[in-house]
Amino acid sequence: MATASLHPGYTGPVRDRVENFNGAQLVYVHWEEHLNFCSAITLPLPPQTPFAALTGEILPSLYAVDPEWAEVDLSKARWMLDGADWTPDPARSLADQGVGHKSLIRFWTGPSATA
Amino acid sequence: MTPRKMSLKQKYGAYTRGLDWKPTYQREDDVFPFAKYEGIKIHDWDAWEDPFKLTMDAYWKFQAEKERKLYAVIDSMAQNNGQLGITDARYLNAVKLFIQGVTPLEYQAHRHFAHLARHLPGAGLRVAAQMQSIDELRHCQTQIHTISHYNKYFDGIHDFTHMHDRLWYLSVPKSFFDDATSAGPFEFLTSISFAFEYVLTNLLFVPFMSGAAYNGDMATVTFGFSAQSDESRHMTLGLEAVRFLLEQDEANVPIVQGWIDKWFWRGYRLLSLVGMMMDYMLPKKVMSWGEAWETYYEQAGGALFADLARYGIREPKYADVAKAEKGHMTHQAWGIFYNYTHAAAMHTWDIDEAHMAWLREKYPDTFAQHYEPRYRKWREQAEEGKRFYNNGLPQLCQVCQIPMAFTEVGDPNTISFRVSEHGGDRFHTCSDGCKDIFDHEPEKYAQAWLPVHQIFQGACGGATLPEVLDWYHINQGADNMDYAGSPEEEQWNRWMEGRRPVVPVAAE
Repeated sequence: MATASLHPGYTGPVRDRVENFNGAQLVYVHWEEHLNFCSAITLPLPPQTPFAALTGEILPSLYAVDPEWAEVDLSKARWMLDGADWTPDPARSLADQGVGHKSLIRFWTGPSATA
Repeated sequence: MTPRKMSLKQKYGAYTRGLDWKPTYQREDDVFPFAKYEGIKIHDWDAWEDPFKLTMDAYWKFQAEKERKLYAVIDSMAQNNGQLGITDARYLNAVKLFIQGVTPLEYQAHRHFAHLARHLPGAGLRVAAQMQSIDELRHCQTQIHTISHYNKYFDGIHDFTHMHDRLWYLSVPKSFFDDATSAGPFEFLTSISFAFEYVLTNLLFVPFMSGAAYNGDMATVTFGFSAQSDESRHMTLGLEAVRFLLEQDEANVPIVQGWIDKWFWRGYRLLSLVGMMMDYMLPKKVMSWGEAWETYYEQAGGALFADLARYGIREPKYADVAKAEKGHMTHQAWGIFYNYTHAAAMHTWDIDEAHMAWLREKYPDTFAQHYEPRYRKWREQAEEGKRFYNNGLPQLCQVCQIPMAFTEVGDPNTISFRVSEHGGDRFHTCSDGCKDIFDHEPEKYAQAWLPVHQIFQGACGGATLPEVLDWYHINQGADNMDYAGSPEEEQWNRWMEGRRPVVPVAAE
């Protein structure tokens, strides 16, 4: 439905368009079943970021403050991208495998990875 | 001839409707340009019955009397070191949240009721809006004067208006009010006067003011008393305004219902900050959020909506979700603040055993199972010198702007993720309630100034956390971080050390 307004056809600037992020796009990541991290985390990442950089550097820099992270084997994790099951390829970039601006990546580790 | 003395009723009439006139050389629609675009139909403005017949001279007299009492208490508080009478320095975090989050809204309310006092076509309603505008300015001022005493001794209070415009958690109340003031006059009345002031206000004022009374903060209690009679006037205005809209035309009913649904949910999400304060920040607890919700919403609100049913109004959509979430909401909100205390102008802390026992008692179905283990893990980490802080920035809801920490109803281990598409972009929301609001007016909410996204656009002082905190005007190492080890804790312990009664030396 359109916003009720004095001037029909009202619209405004979309503040978070991808071109406002200096070449990066926003990606949200969430480690499921670890709500000591209160919510998903927002990351500004170049679209060409290889998936292996996400798992090898970025996620550990966020989650290693939890002692359980040391036990995590991400190669066995279960992944979901924007609501659909997802089997990422570590060698390819995020953009190449469907990660867009404001995509949400959720992942499960440990016993729930195979559930 | 001596002029006849007017009766109160005549005086009221002369001071309100008597000041009104019909425009002759301008069209009514040009004089009141905001009156029709929302689709609300008013056939007879004279049918508005003023719920309180207060004339301006009587208003000044009442308010001046209340001010005299309040400022006497504020002076006495300053002269007698009232800051030493509070239960614990941690209590002050409730006051910080109030002045950072609520006081600036009083000022916004002052401004927008002044706007309504100009732009509503009915003279009776205009006068009521004008008085409320002055009330709100008075509340803003008296809150600042009351709390300024604490600013001499405690951190995080020094730059509250600046912080209100910039900090991530203060964008929650700020965007709430911006949403209301950027709507038309009738939506504003429904949102602020009805949904907030009438339906939900007891959940804001009672917790803060009773919390102050229980925790020895006499200045804030006195402010609360001073505002109370104004608040009851505001509540009455809200209810009468909504009834008036509903009685004027049947076509208004679905529009008003849509606003009630929206603003109930917006208000409820905003109150998660208040609920967290009640359950976590008051050293001496008043009542739990769950109990307050039952008393002030489920019972009082239930009766209200039963009464409004004759106009065809039903209970707000998603009231059932609020009911189902009441054992979880405040714990999840506290988790957000515990995660991000390094970026907040207030403290959080370890939940001690007595507090845990209280939470188990108040939330028997949820606390021990889902939240206690989390707090114990955090405590272990803190004891090892590794106090848990979240190194990332949270995903925010596009509508309520709260970090997306709330879980699915019936599944407290899974975050409730909702997403909408608009103009080729994705927009994330925390709940069906917020998603409905986005989907109804995507052009409006696509413009949201989300603090986390703004940091990543480079609009908040720099790319590092210390630069952003400087831009927030957070005095780092004092305003932020855990209470344990804070300058405030050190100061409080020093004060209390000096006041501890001298233990008589045993007869030896």
